[in-house]
Amino acid sequence: MQRSKTVRFFGRNIELFTLSFPSILYIFVMAYLPMFGVIIAFKNYVYDKGILGSEWIGFKNFEFLFASETAFRITRNTVLYNLGYMLLTTVAALAVAILLNEISKKWLRLYQTSMILPYFLSWVVMSYIVMAFLDHQNGFINNWLAAAGLEKIKWYFEAKYWPYILNLVHLWKAIGFSALVYYAGILGIDGELYEAAKIDGAKRWQLITNITLPQLTPLIIILLILSIGSMFRGDFGLHYFVPNNNGMTYATTDIIDTYIYRALSEIGDVSMASAVGLYQSFVGFVLVVTANFIVRKINEDNSLF
Amino acid sequence: MSTNRWFSLAIHAVFVAITISMLVPFALVIMISLSDEQSILHNGFQLIPEIITTSAYEYFLKTPDTILRAYGVTITVSVVGTVISLVLTSILGYTLSRKDYGLNRITSFYVFFTMLFNGGLVPFYILMTQYLQLKDTIWALIVPGLLSPFYVLIMKGFMSKIPTEIIESAKVEGAREWRIYLQLILPLSKPALATLGLFIMFNYWNEWFNAMLFINTQDLVPLQLLLVRTMNTLDFITSRPEFATAMVSFDMSQFPKTSAKFAVVVLSAGPMLLVFPFFQRFFVKGLTIGAIKG
Repeated sequence: MQRSKTVRFFGRNIELFTLSFPSILYIFVMAYLPMFGVIIAFKNYVYDKGILGSEWIGFKNFEFLFASETAFRITRNTVLYNLGYMLLTTVAALAVAILLNEISKKWLRLYQTSMILPYFLSWVVMSYIVMAFLDHQNGFINNWLAAAGLEKIKWYFEAKYWPYILNLVHLWKAIGFSALVYYAGILGIDGELYEAAKIDGAKRWQLITNITLPQLTPLIIILLILSIGSMFRGDFGLHYFVPNNNGMTYATTDIIDTYIYRALSEIGDVSMASAVGLYQSFVGFVLVVTANFIVRKINEDNSLF
Repeated sequence: MSTNRWFSLAIHAVFVAITISMLVPFALVIMISLSDEQSILHNGFQLIPEIITTSAYEYFLKTPDTILRAYGVTITVSVVGTVISLVLTSILGYTLSRKDYGLNRITSFYVFFTMLFNGGLVPFYILMTQYLQLKDTIWALIVPGLLSPFYVLIMKGFMSKIPTEIIESAKVEGAREWRIYLQLILPLSKPALATLGLFIMFNYWNEWFNAMLFINTQDLVPLQLLLVRTMNTLDFITSRPEFATAMVSFDMSQFPKTSAKFAVVVLSAGPMLLVFPFFQRFFVKGLTIGAIKG
Protein backbone atom coordinates (compact mmCIF):
# COMPACT_ATOMS: atom_id res chain seq x y z
CA MET A 1 0.00 0.00 0.00
CA GLN A 2 2.66 2.44 1.15
CA ARG A 3 4.77 1.69 -1.85
CA SER A 4 2.03 2.20 -4.40
CA LYS A 5 1.38 5.62 -2.83
CA THR A 6 4.96 6.57 -3.43
CA VAL A 7 4.82 5.25 -6.96
CA ARG A 8 1.65 7.20 -7.66
CA PHE A 9 3.11 10.41 -6.19
CA PHE A 10 6.17 9.85 -8.30
CA GLY A 11 4.13 9.22 -11.43
CA ARG A 12 2.05 12.32 -10.91
CA ASN A 13 4.95 14.67 -10.41
CA ILE A 14 7.80 13.24 -12.43
CA GLU A 15 6.97 15.23 -15.56
CA LEU A 16 6.95 18.62 -13.90
CA PHE A 17 10.08 17.71 -11.96
CA THR A 18 11.84 16.74 -15.17
CA LEU A 19 10.67 19.97 -16.81
CA SER A 20 12.16 22.11 -14.06
CA PHE A 21 15.23 19.94 -13.56
CA PRO A 22 17.70 22.08 -15.58
CA SER A 23 16.98 25.05 -13.33
CA ILE A 24 17.14 22.90 -10.19
CA LEU A 25 20.53 21.61 -11.25
CA TYR A 26 21.76 25.09 -12.09
CA ILE A 27 20.77 26.39 -8.66
CA PHE A 28 22.47 23.44 -7.01
CA VAL A 29 25.75 24.07 -8.81
CA MET A 30 25.80 27.87 -8.66
CA ALA A 31 24.24 28.50 -5.25
CA TYR A 32 24.44 25.41 -3.04
CA LEU A 33 27.86 24.07 -3.94
CA PRO A 34 29.57 27.38 -3.06
CA MET A 35 27.83 27.29 0.34
CA PHE A 36 30.10 24.39 1.27
CA GLY A 37 32.97 26.63 0.25
CA VAL A 38 32.52 28.74 3.37
CA ILE A 39 34.76 26.25 5.16
CA ILE A 40 37.67 28.01 3.47
CA ALA A 41 37.19 30.72 6.08
CA PHE A 42 38.32 28.25 8.75
CA LYS A 43 41.33 27.03 6.79
CA ASN A 44 44.69 28.23 5.69
CA TYR A 45 43.87 27.92 2.02
CA VAL A 46 46.73 26.86 -0.20
CA TYR A 47 45.99 26.74 -3.89
CA ASP A 48 47.93 23.53 -4.52
CA LYS A 49 46.24 21.56 -1.75
CA GLY A 50 42.73 22.58 -2.76
CA ILE A 51 39.81 23.24 -0.44
CA LEU A 52 39.73 19.88 1.30
CA GLY A 53 43.48 19.46 1.50
CA SER A 54 44.28 22.78 3.18
CA GLU A 55 44.78 22.62 6.93
CA TRP A 56 42.15 23.69 9.47
CA ILE A 57 43.04 26.71 11.55
CA GLY A 58 39.73 27.33 13.32
CA PHE A 59 38.84 30.97 13.91
CA LYS A 60 42.32 32.37 13.26
CA ASN A 61 41.19 34.26 10.14
CA PHE A 62 38.39 35.90 12.08
CA GLU A 63 40.63 36.79 15.02
CA PHE A 64 43.02 38.43 12.64
CA LEU A 65 40.19 40.30 10.91
CA PHE A 66 38.55 41.65 14.04
CA ALA A 67 41.84 42.59 15.63
CA SER A 68 42.44 45.06 12.84
CA GLU A 69 40.88 48.47 12.42
CA THR A 70 39.66 47.36 9.01
CA ALA A 71 36.73 45.26 10.17
CA PHE A 72 35.23 48.17 12.05
CA ARG A 73 35.87 50.59 9.19
CA ILE A 74 34.35 48.54 6.41
CA THR A 75 31.37 47.49 8.54
CA ARG A 76 30.68 51.07 9.60
CA ASN A 77 30.98 52.37 6.04
CA THR A 78 28.79 49.65 4.57
CA VAL A 79 25.98 50.14 7.08
CA LEU A 80 26.08 53.92 7.20
CA TYR A 81 26.14 54.30 3.43
CA ASN A 82 23.28 51.87 3.00
CA LEU A 83 21.25 53.76 5.61
CA GLY A 84 22.03 57.04 3.87
CA TYR A 85 21.09 55.70 0.42
CA MET A 86 17.91 54.16 1.77
CA LEU A 87 16.61 57.26 3.58
CA LEU A 88 17.65 59.80 0.97
CA THR A 89 16.31 57.82 -1.99
CA THR A 90 13.06 56.91 -0.26
CA VAL A 91 12.21 60.47 0.75
CA ALA A 92 13.20 61.98 -2.59
CA ALA A 93 11.50 59.27 -4.67
CA LEU A 94 8.28 59.57 -2.64
CA ALA A 95 8.21 63.32 -3.17
CA VAL A 96 8.79 62.89 -6.89
CA ALA A 97 6.13 60.17 -7.20
CA ILE A 98 3.54 62.34 -5.45
CA LEU A 99 4.37 65.27 -7.70
CA LEU A 100 4.21 63.04 -10.78
CA ASN A 101 0.66 62.20 -9.80
CA GLU A 102 -0.25 65.89 -9.83
CA ILE A 103 0.66 66.66 -13.43
CA SER A 104 -0.99 65.94 -16.74
CA LYS A 105 -0.12 62.74 -18.63
CA LYS A 106 1.28 64.75 -21.52
CA TRP A 107 4.39 65.80 -19.61
CA LEU A 108 4.61 62.73 -17.45
CA ARG A 109 6.36 60.57 -20.03
CA LEU A 110 9.10 63.10 -20.72
CA TYR A 111 9.92 63.55 -17.04
CA GLN A 112 9.73 59.82 -16.38
CA THR A 113 11.99 58.91 -19.27
CA SER A 114 14.64 61.45 -18.35
CA MET A 115 14.64 60.30 -14.73
CA ILE A 116 14.85 56.59 -15.49
CA LEU A 117 17.73 56.88 -17.98
CA PRO A 118 20.54 56.83 -15.38
CA TYR A 119 19.17 53.59 -13.97
CA PHE A 120 20.36 51.86 -17.14
CA LEU A 121 23.94 52.99 -16.92
CA SER A 122 26.50 50.64 -15.49
CA TRP A 123 28.69 51.85 -12.64
CA VAL A 124 31.63 51.80 -15.02
CA VAL A 125 29.92 54.37 -17.23
CA MET A 126 28.87 56.29 -14.12
CA SER A 127 32.47 56.55 -13.01
CA TYR A 128 33.30 58.36 -16.27
CA ILE A 129 30.39 60.74 -15.77
CA VAL A 130 31.58 61.52 -12.25
CA MET A 131 35.11 61.97 -13.58
CA ALA A 132 33.80 64.53 -16.07
CA PHE A 133 32.73 66.61 -13.08
CA LEU A 134 35.49 65.89 -10.57
CA ASP A 135 38.66 65.37 -12.62
CA HIS A 136 41.35 67.48 -11.03
CA GLN A 137 42.79 68.90 -14.22
CA ASN A 138 39.78 69.28 -16.47
CA GLY A 139 36.72 68.56 -14.34
CA PHE A 140 33.61 70.63 -14.84
CA ILE A 141 33.46 71.66 -11.18
CA ASN A 142 37.10 72.62 -10.93
CA ASN A 143 36.66 74.74 -14.08
CA TRP A 144 33.98 76.70 -12.32
CA LEU A 145 36.05 77.00 -9.15
CA ALA A 146 38.98 78.26 -11.19
CA ALA A 147 36.78 80.67 -13.10
CA ALA A 148 35.49 82.01 -9.78
CA GLY A 149 39.08 82.51 -8.67
CA LEU A 150 39.03 79.70 -6.08
CA GLU A 151 41.45 76.83 -5.46
CA LYS A 152 40.91 73.70 -7.51
CA ILE A 153 40.03 70.76 -5.27
CA LYS A 154 41.67 67.34 -5.56
CA TRP A 155 38.43 65.44 -5.19
CA TYR A 156 39.92 61.98 -5.68
CA PHE A 157 42.46 62.46 -2.89
CA GLU A 158 40.25 63.97 -0.20
CA ALA A 159 38.33 61.45 1.90
CA LYS A 160 36.09 64.04 3.52
CA TYR A 161 34.08 64.84 0.38
CA TRP A 162 33.15 61.29 -0.54
CA PRO A 163 30.16 60.69 1.73
CA TYR A 164 28.43 63.61 0.00
CA ILE A 165 29.58 62.63 -3.49
CA LEU A 166 28.56 58.98 -3.16
CA ASN A 167 25.15 59.81 -1.71
CA LEU A 168 24.52 62.31 -4.46
CA VAL A 169 25.67 59.94 -7.22
CA HIS A 170 23.56 57.12 -5.83
CA LEU A 171 20.51 59.38 -5.60
CA TRP A 172 20.98 60.57 -9.16
CA LYS A 173 21.08 57.01 -10.45
CA ALA A 174 18.37 55.47 -8.28
CA ILE A 175 15.69 58.14 -7.93
CA GLY A 176 13.94 57.51 -11.25
CA PHE A 177 13.45 53.81 -10.65
CA SER A 178 12.33 54.24 -7.03
CA ALA A 179 9.94 57.01 -7.96
CA LEU A 180 8.45 54.73 -10.62
CA VAL A 181 7.83 52.00 -8.03
CA TYR A 182 6.04 54.45 -5.72
CA TYR A 183 4.16 55.99 -8.62
CA ALA A 184 2.91 52.51 -9.58
CA GLY A 185 1.78 52.22 -5.97
CA ILE A 186 -0.10 55.52 -6.15
CA LEU A 187 -1.85 54.43 -9.35
CA GLY A 188 -3.06 51.38 -7.45
CA ILE A 189 -4.92 53.48 -4.88
CA ASP A 190 -8.70 53.34 -5.17
CA GLY A 191 -9.90 56.45 -7.03
CA GLU A 192 -13.14 56.57 -5.04
CA LEU A 193 -11.22 57.61 -1.95
CA TYR A 194 -10.11 60.76 -3.75
CA GLU A 195 -13.57 61.45 -5.16
CA ALA A 196 -15.16 61.19 -1.72
CA ALA A 197 -12.57 63.50 -0.21
CA LYS A 198 -13.02 66.06 -2.99
CA ILE A 199 -16.74 66.12 -2.35
CA ASP A 200 -15.95 66.90 1.27
CA GLY A 201 -13.95 69.86 -0.03
CA ALA A 202 -10.44 68.55 0.54
CA LYS A 203 -7.60 70.59 -0.95
CA ARG A 204 -4.74 69.09 -2.97
CA TRP A 205 -2.41 69.16 0.00
CA GLN A 206 -4.98 67.45 2.21
CA LEU A 207 -5.50 64.72 -0.37
CA ILE A 208 -1.79 63.98 -0.27
CA THR A 209 -1.43 63.93 3.51
CA ASN A 210 -4.72 62.18 4.28
CA ILE A 211 -5.03 59.67 1.44
CA THR A 212 -1.93 59.17 -0.69
CA LEU A 213 0.64 58.86 2.10
CA PRO A 214 -1.43 56.65 4.44
CA GLN A 215 -2.32 54.37 1.50
CA LEU A 216 1.34 54.09 0.50
CA THR A 217 2.58 53.44 4.02
CA PRO A 218 2.47 49.62 3.82
CA LEU A 219 4.51 49.66 0.59
CA ILE A 220 7.04 52.11 2.06
CA ILE A 221 7.47 50.07 5.24
CA ILE A 222 7.90 46.82 3.34
CA LEU A 223 10.54 48.30 1.05
CA LEU A 224 12.38 49.86 3.99
CA ILE A 225 12.44 46.61 5.91
CA LEU A 226 13.61 44.71 2.85
CA SER A 227 16.48 47.13 2.43
CA ILE A 228 17.37 46.65 6.10
CA GLY A 229 17.75 43.00 5.15
CA SER A 230 20.49 43.97 2.69
CA MET A 231 22.24 46.42 5.04
CA PHE A 232 25.40 44.35 4.89
CA ARG A 233 25.56 44.01 1.15
CA GLY A 234 27.21 47.09 -0.23
CA ASP A 235 27.15 48.35 -3.78
CA PHE A 236 30.48 47.14 -5.11
CA GLY A 237 30.30 48.96 -8.44
CA LEU A 238 29.53 52.33 -6.91
CA HIS A 239 32.26 52.11 -4.30
CA TYR A 240 34.91 50.56 -6.52
CA PHE A 241 34.61 52.53 -9.74
CA VAL A 242 33.27 55.95 -8.81
CA PRO A 243 36.08 56.82 -6.35
CA ASN A 244 38.44 55.13 -8.85
CA ASN A 245 39.72 52.66 -6.21
CA ASN A 246 42.04 55.26 -4.72
CA GLY A 247 43.77 54.26 -1.48
CA MET A 248 43.70 57.87 -0.28
CA THR A 249 39.94 57.75 0.20
CA TYR A 250 39.45 54.23 1.62
CA ALA A 251 38.58 55.74 5.00
CA THR A 252 35.26 56.94 3.60
CA THR A 253 34.77 54.84 0.47
CA ASP A 254 35.86 51.30 1.36
CA ILE A 255 33.06 48.85 2.10
CA ILE A 256 32.92 45.12 2.84
CA ASP A 257 32.48 44.19 -0.82
CA THR A 258 35.37 46.26 -2.13
CA TYR A 259 37.57 44.99 0.68
CA ILE A 260 36.85 41.36 -0.18
CA TYR A 261 37.53 42.03 -3.83
CA ARG A 262 40.88 43.64 -3.09
CA ALA A 263 41.87 40.94 -0.61
CA LEU A 264 41.24 38.45 -3.38
CA SER A 265 42.52 40.22 -6.48
CA GLU A 266 45.31 42.47 -5.22
CA ILE A 267 46.67 40.73 -2.13
CA GLY A 268 45.60 37.20 -3.07
CA ASP A 269 44.67 36.41 0.54
CA VAL A 270 41.98 33.84 -0.16
CA SER A 271 41.39 32.76 3.44
CA MET A 272 41.01 36.33 4.62
CA ALA A 273 38.65 37.28 1.80
CA SER A 274 36.66 34.17 2.58
CA ALA A 275 36.43 35.03 6.28
CA VAL A 276 35.15 38.53 5.54
CA GLY A 277 32.72 37.04 3.03
CA LEU A 278 31.34 34.58 5.57
CA TYR A 279 31.00 37.33 8.17
CA GLN A 280 29.04 39.35 5.60
CA SER A 281 26.84 36.42 4.53
CA PHE A 282 26.13 35.39 8.12
CA VAL A 283 25.14 38.82 9.39
CA GLY A 284 23.18 39.40 6.17
CA PHE A 285 21.28 36.17 6.74
CA VAL A 286 20.39 37.15 10.31
CA LEU A 287 19.23 40.57 9.09
CA VAL A 288 17.03 39.20 6.31
CA VAL A 289 15.38 36.65 8.57
CA THR A 290 14.77 39.29 11.23
CA ALA A 291 13.41 41.75 8.67
CA ASN A 292 11.11 39.10 7.26
CA PHE A 293 9.91 38.22 10.76
CA ILE A 294 8.96 41.85 11.33
CA VAL A 295 7.20 42.07 7.97
CA ARG A 296 5.20 38.96 8.76
CA LYS A 297 4.11 40.49 12.04
CA ILE A 298 2.86 43.59 10.23
CA ASN A 299 1.37 42.06 7.12
CA GLU A 300 1.36 38.38 6.26
CA ASP A 301 0.95 38.95 2.50
CA ASN A 302 4.13 40.89 2.01
CA SER A 303 6.60 38.61 3.73
CA LEU A 304 9.12 36.81 1.58
CA PHE A 305 8.63 33.39 3.13
CA MET B 1 -3.95 83.57 -11.45
CA SER B 2 -5.57 81.03 -9.19
CA THR B 3 -3.57 79.19 -6.54
CA ASN B 4 -4.06 75.99 -8.53
CA ARG B 5 -2.31 77.43 -11.52
CA TRP B 6 0.60 78.59 -9.40
CA PHE B 7 0.75 75.14 -7.90
CA SER B 8 1.01 73.50 -11.32
CA LEU B 9 3.67 75.93 -12.42
CA ALA B 10 5.70 75.26 -9.29
CA ILE B 11 5.54 71.49 -9.87
CA HIS B 12 6.61 71.90 -13.47
CA ALA B 13 9.48 74.10 -12.36
CA VAL B 14 10.64 71.34 -10.01
CA PHE B 15 10.47 68.76 -12.78
CA VAL B 16 12.22 70.95 -15.30
CA ALA B 17 15.03 71.36 -12.77
CA ILE B 18 15.19 67.60 -12.19
CA THR B 19 15.15 66.87 -15.91
CA ILE B 20 17.99 69.31 -16.50
CA SER B 21 20.02 67.75 -13.70
CA MET B 22 19.41 64.35 -15.27
CA LEU B 23 20.36 65.36 -18.80
CA VAL B 24 23.33 67.69 -18.21
CA PRO B 25 25.74 64.86 -17.23
CA PHE B 26 24.79 62.99 -20.42
CA ALA B 27 25.31 66.13 -22.48
CA LEU B 28 28.64 66.76 -20.81
CA VAL B 29 29.95 63.28 -21.63
CA ILE B 30 28.84 63.56 -25.26
CA MET B 31 30.40 66.99 -25.57
CA ILE B 32 33.72 65.85 -24.10
CA SER B 33 33.84 63.06 -26.66
CA LEU B 34 33.40 65.72 -29.37
CA SER B 35 35.94 68.14 -27.93
CA ASP B 36 39.21 68.98 -29.51
CA GLU B 37 42.15 67.75 -27.40
CA GLN B 38 43.81 71.18 -27.40
CA SER B 39 40.73 72.94 -26.14
CA ILE B 40 40.43 70.40 -23.30
CA LEU B 41 44.03 71.17 -22.38
CA HIS B 42 43.30 74.89 -22.26
CA ASN B 43 39.80 75.07 -20.84
CA GLY B 44 39.06 71.69 -19.29
CA PHE B 45 35.76 69.90 -19.93
CA GLN B 46 33.08 72.21 -21.25
CA LEU B 47 29.43 71.82 -22.12
CA ILE B 48 30.05 73.94 -25.18
CA PRO B 49 33.62 73.33 -26.35
CA GLU B 50 35.41 75.89 -28.45
CA ILE B 51 36.19 73.49 -31.24
CA ILE B 52 33.85 70.61 -32.00
CA THR B 53 35.51 67.72 -33.72
CA THR B 54 34.67 64.11 -34.40
CA SER B 55 38.33 63.10 -34.52
CA ALA B 56 38.02 60.69 -31.58
CA TYR B 57 35.32 58.80 -33.42
CA GLU B 58 37.29 58.89 -36.66
CA TYR B 59 40.15 57.06 -34.98
CA PHE B 60 37.78 54.30 -34.01
CA LEU B 61 36.33 54.20 -37.51
CA LYS B 62 39.81 53.72 -38.93
CA THR B 63 40.69 50.99 -36.45
CA PRO B 64 37.37 49.47 -35.52
CA ASP B 65 38.79 46.08 -34.45
CA THR B 66 38.85 46.61 -30.70
CA ILE B 67 35.47 48.30 -30.48
CA LEU B 68 33.76 45.94 -32.92
CA ARG B 69 35.15 42.92 -31.13
CA ALA B 70 33.89 44.26 -27.81
CA TYR B 71 30.48 44.90 -29.39
CA GLY B 72 30.50 41.36 -30.71
CA VAL B 73 31.25 39.89 -27.28
CA THR B 74 28.65 42.07 -25.53
CA ILE B 75 25.92 41.36 -28.08
CA THR B 76 26.65 37.62 -28.13
CA VAL B 77 26.58 37.44 -24.34
CA SER B 78 23.38 39.52 -24.15
CA VAL B 79 21.48 37.48 -26.73
CA VAL B 80 22.62 33.99 -25.72
CA GLY B 81 22.35 34.83 -22.03
CA THR B 82 18.85 36.26 -22.33
CA VAL B 83 17.51 33.29 -24.29
CA ILE B 84 18.91 30.63 -21.94
CA SER B 85 17.94 32.69 -18.93
CA LEU B 86 14.32 33.01 -20.10
CA VAL B 87 14.13 29.23 -20.60
CA LEU B 88 15.48 28.48 -17.13
CA THR B 89 13.35 31.16 -15.48
CA SER B 90 10.15 30.11 -17.20
CA ILE B 91 10.40 26.35 -16.61
CA LEU B 92 10.99 27.00 -12.93
CA GLY B 93 8.41 29.77 -12.67
CA TYR B 94 5.82 27.61 -14.37
CA THR B 95 6.51 24.58 -12.17
CA LEU B 96 6.18 26.74 -9.06
CA SER B 97 2.95 28.29 -10.33
CA ARG B 98 1.30 24.84 -10.47
CA LYS B 99 -0.46 24.48 -7.14
CA ASP B 100 -1.09 20.79 -7.81
CA TYR B 101 2.63 20.06 -8.08
CA GLY B 102 3.57 17.76 -5.23
CA LEU B 103 7.05 19.20 -4.72
CA ASN B 104 5.88 22.80 -4.88
CA ARG B 105 6.67 23.84 -1.31
CA ILE B 106 10.06 22.21 -1.09
CA THR B 107 11.08 23.58 -4.49
CA SER B 108 10.00 27.08 -3.42
CA PHE B 109 12.14 26.86 -0.32
CA TYR B 110 15.03 25.45 -2.33
CA VAL B 111 14.90 28.39 -4.74
CA PHE B 112 14.36 31.23 -2.29
CA PHE B 113 16.79 30.10 0.34
CA THR B 114 19.50 31.15 -2.10
CA MET B 115 18.28 34.73 -1.66
CA LEU B 116 19.04 34.56 2.04
CA PHE B 117 22.42 32.98 2.20
CA ASN B 118 25.22 32.67 -0.29
CA GLY B 119 28.73 31.38 -0.19
CA GLY B 120 30.23 34.73 -1.07
CA LEU B 121 32.81 35.74 -3.62
CA VAL B 122 35.63 33.34 -2.83
CA PRO B 123 33.82 29.99 -3.23
CA PHE B 124 32.13 31.41 -6.32
CA TYR B 125 35.48 32.32 -7.80
CA ILE B 126 36.97 28.90 -7.05
CA LEU B 127 33.90 27.15 -8.45
CA MET B 128 34.06 29.11 -11.69
CA THR B 129 37.79 28.81 -12.25
CA GLN B 130 38.73 25.39 -10.89
CA TYR B 131 35.63 23.23 -10.96
CA LEU B 132 33.84 24.59 -14.02
CA GLN B 133 37.03 25.72 -15.78
CA LEU B 134 35.33 28.79 -17.22
CA LYS B 135 38.18 31.28 -16.94
CA ASP B 136 38.71 33.11 -20.23
CA THR B 137 35.69 31.58 -21.93
CA ILE B 138 32.60 33.42 -23.07
CA TRP B 139 30.55 31.26 -20.70
CA ALA B 140 32.17 33.00 -17.74
CA LEU B 141 30.14 36.06 -18.73
CA ILE B 142 26.92 34.15 -19.37
CA VAL B 143 26.61 31.45 -16.72
CA PRO B 144 26.65 33.45 -13.46
CA GLY B 145 23.62 35.59 -14.29
CA LEU B 146 21.37 32.96 -15.78
CA LEU B 147 18.85 32.57 -12.99
CA SER B 148 17.70 35.14 -10.48
CA PRO B 149 15.23 33.99 -7.79
CA PHE B 150 13.66 37.42 -7.99
CA TYR B 151 12.77 36.98 -11.67
CA VAL B 152 11.49 33.48 -10.94
CA LEU B 153 9.17 35.12 -8.41
CA ILE B 154 7.84 37.59 -10.99
CA MET B 155 7.42 34.81 -13.56
CA LYS B 156 5.57 32.63 -11.08
CA GLY B 157 3.28 35.52 -10.14
CA PHE B 158 2.41 36.08 -13.77
CA MET B 159 1.87 32.42 -14.62
CA SER B 160 -0.32 31.90 -11.57
CA LYS B 161 -2.87 34.13 -13.29
CA ILE B 162 -3.29 31.66 -16.17
CA PRO B 163 -6.61 29.82 -15.59
CA THR B 164 -6.05 26.26 -14.40
CA GLU B 165 -8.97 25.06 -16.54
CA ILE B 166 -6.83 25.48 -19.65
CA ILE B 167 -4.17 23.19 -18.21
CA GLU B 168 -6.75 20.73 -16.92
CA SER B 169 -8.47 20.40 -20.29
CA ALA B 170 -5.18 19.90 -22.06
CA LYS B 171 -4.32 17.15 -19.62
CA VAL B 172 -7.66 15.47 -20.21
CA GLU B 173 -6.81 15.38 -23.88
CA GLY B 174 -3.64 13.59 -22.94
CA ALA B 175 -1.03 16.29 -23.46
CA ARG B 176 2.25 15.79 -21.64
CA GLU B 177 3.52 18.48 -19.30
CA TRP B 178 6.30 19.71 -21.55
CA ARG B 179 3.86 20.10 -24.43
CA ILE B 180 1.51 22.10 -22.24
CA TYR B 181 4.43 24.31 -21.28
CA LEU B 182 5.62 24.76 -24.85
CA GLN B 183 2.33 25.15 -26.67
CA LEU B 184 0.04 26.74 -24.10
CA ILE B 185 1.98 28.44 -21.36
CA LEU B 186 4.79 30.08 -23.32
CA PRO B 187 2.51 31.78 -25.89
CA LEU B 188 0.27 33.03 -23.07
CA SER B 189 3.24 34.41 -21.17
CA LYS B 190 4.61 36.62 -23.93
CA PRO B 191 4.21 39.90 -22.00
CA ALA B 192 6.08 38.50 -18.99
CA LEU B 193 8.78 37.01 -21.19
CA ALA B 194 9.23 40.30 -23.02
CA THR B 195 9.45 42.31 -19.82
CA LEU B 196 11.83 40.00 -18.02
CA GLY B 197 13.81 39.53 -21.21
CA LEU B 198 14.34 43.28 -21.31
CA PHE B 199 15.56 43.38 -17.71
CA ILE B 200 17.87 40.41 -18.24
CA MET B 201 19.21 41.90 -21.47
CA PHE B 202 20.11 45.14 -19.68
CA ASN B 203 21.85 43.18 -16.95
CA TYR B 204 23.95 41.33 -19.49
CA TRP B 205 24.73 44.46 -21.46
CA ASN B 206 26.01 46.17 -18.33
CA GLU B 207 27.83 43.16 -16.94
CA TRP B 208 31.40 43.98 -15.90
CA PHE B 209 31.96 42.14 -12.63
CA ASN B 210 32.42 38.66 -14.04
CA ALA B 211 34.44 40.11 -16.89
CA MET B 212 36.82 41.68 -14.39
CA LEU B 213 37.13 38.42 -12.49
CA PHE B 214 37.43 35.90 -15.29
CA ILE B 215 38.52 37.54 -18.55
CA ASN B 216 42.19 38.13 -19.25
CA THR B 217 42.43 37.42 -22.94
CA GLN B 218 41.98 40.43 -25.21
CA ASP B 219 39.67 38.58 -27.55
CA LEU B 220 36.82 38.24 -25.03
CA VAL B 221 36.71 41.75 -23.65
CA PRO B 222 33.12 43.06 -23.57
CA LEU B 223 32.34 46.78 -23.83
CA GLN B 224 32.12 47.34 -20.10
CA LEU B 225 35.50 45.76 -19.44
CA LEU B 226 36.97 47.81 -22.28
CA LEU B 227 35.78 50.86 -20.34
CA VAL B 228 37.29 49.58 -17.10
CA ARG B 229 40.62 49.10 -18.82
CA THR B 230 40.63 52.48 -20.54
CA MET B 231 39.69 54.35 -17.34
CA ASN B 232 43.25 55.13 -16.35
CA THR B 233 45.08 54.49 -19.58
CA LEU B 234 44.35 54.15 -23.25
CA ASP B 235 47.12 51.60 -23.67
CA PHE B 236 44.66 48.82 -24.09
CA ILE B 237 43.40 50.33 -27.32
CA THR B 238 46.60 51.88 -28.61
CA SER B 239 48.77 48.82 -27.99
CA ARG B 240 46.83 46.53 -30.30
CA PRO B 241 48.97 45.61 -33.31
CA GLU B 242 46.24 46.56 -35.82
CA PHE B 243 46.06 49.97 -34.19
CA ALA B 244 49.77 50.55 -34.47
CA THR B 245 49.90 49.67 -38.18
CA ALA B 246 46.89 51.86 -38.95
CA MET B 247 48.40 54.75 -37.04
CA VAL B 248 51.71 54.80 -38.87
CA SER B 249 50.62 57.78 -40.93
CA PHE B 250 49.43 59.69 -37.85
CA ASP B 251 51.30 61.80 -35.43
CA MET B 252 50.64 59.98 -32.14
CA SER B 253 51.10 63.15 -30.10
CA GLN B 254 47.93 64.36 -31.81
CA PHE B 255 45.93 61.35 -30.65
CA PRO B 256 42.84 62.64 -28.84
CA LYS B 257 43.43 60.75 -25.59
CA THR B 258 40.77 62.28 -23.39
CA SER B 259 37.98 62.60 -25.90
CA ALA B 260 38.70 59.05 -27.11
CA LYS B 261 37.93 57.71 -23.63
CA PHE B 262 34.60 59.46 -23.59
CA ALA B 263 33.90 58.36 -27.13
CA VAL B 264 34.17 54.76 -25.87
CA VAL B 265 31.66 55.64 -23.14
CA VAL B 266 29.21 57.04 -25.67
CA LEU B 267 29.66 54.06 -27.98
CA SER B 268 29.08 51.51 -25.23
CA ALA B 269 26.21 53.11 -23.34
CA GLY B 270 24.57 54.73 -26.37
CA PRO B 271 22.78 51.79 -28.00
CA MET B 272 20.93 50.75 -24.86
CA LEU B 273 19.84 54.30 -24.06
CA LEU B 274 18.55 54.77 -27.60
CA VAL B 275 16.63 51.51 -27.45
CA PHE B 276 15.18 52.12 -24.04
CA PRO B 277 12.41 54.68 -24.72
CA PHE B 278 10.78 52.22 -27.13
CA PHE B 279 10.56 49.61 -24.41
CA GLN B 280 9.47 51.93 -21.66
CA ARG B 281 5.87 50.72 -21.76
CA PHE B 282 7.01 47.17 -21.10
CA PHE B 283 9.22 48.35 -18.37
CA VAL B 284 6.53 50.17 -16.43
CA LYS B 285 4.18 47.24 -16.94
CA GLY B 286 6.82 44.85 -15.68
CA LEU B 287 7.11 46.82 -12.50
CA THR B 288 3.43 46.40 -11.86
CA ILE B 289 3.24 42.71 -12.85
CA GLY B 290 5.28 41.46 -9.96
CA ALA B 291 5.18 44.63 -7.91
CA ILE B 292 4.40 44.42 -4.26
CA LYS B 293 0.90 45.74 -3.82
CA GLY B 294 0.50 48.32 -1.06
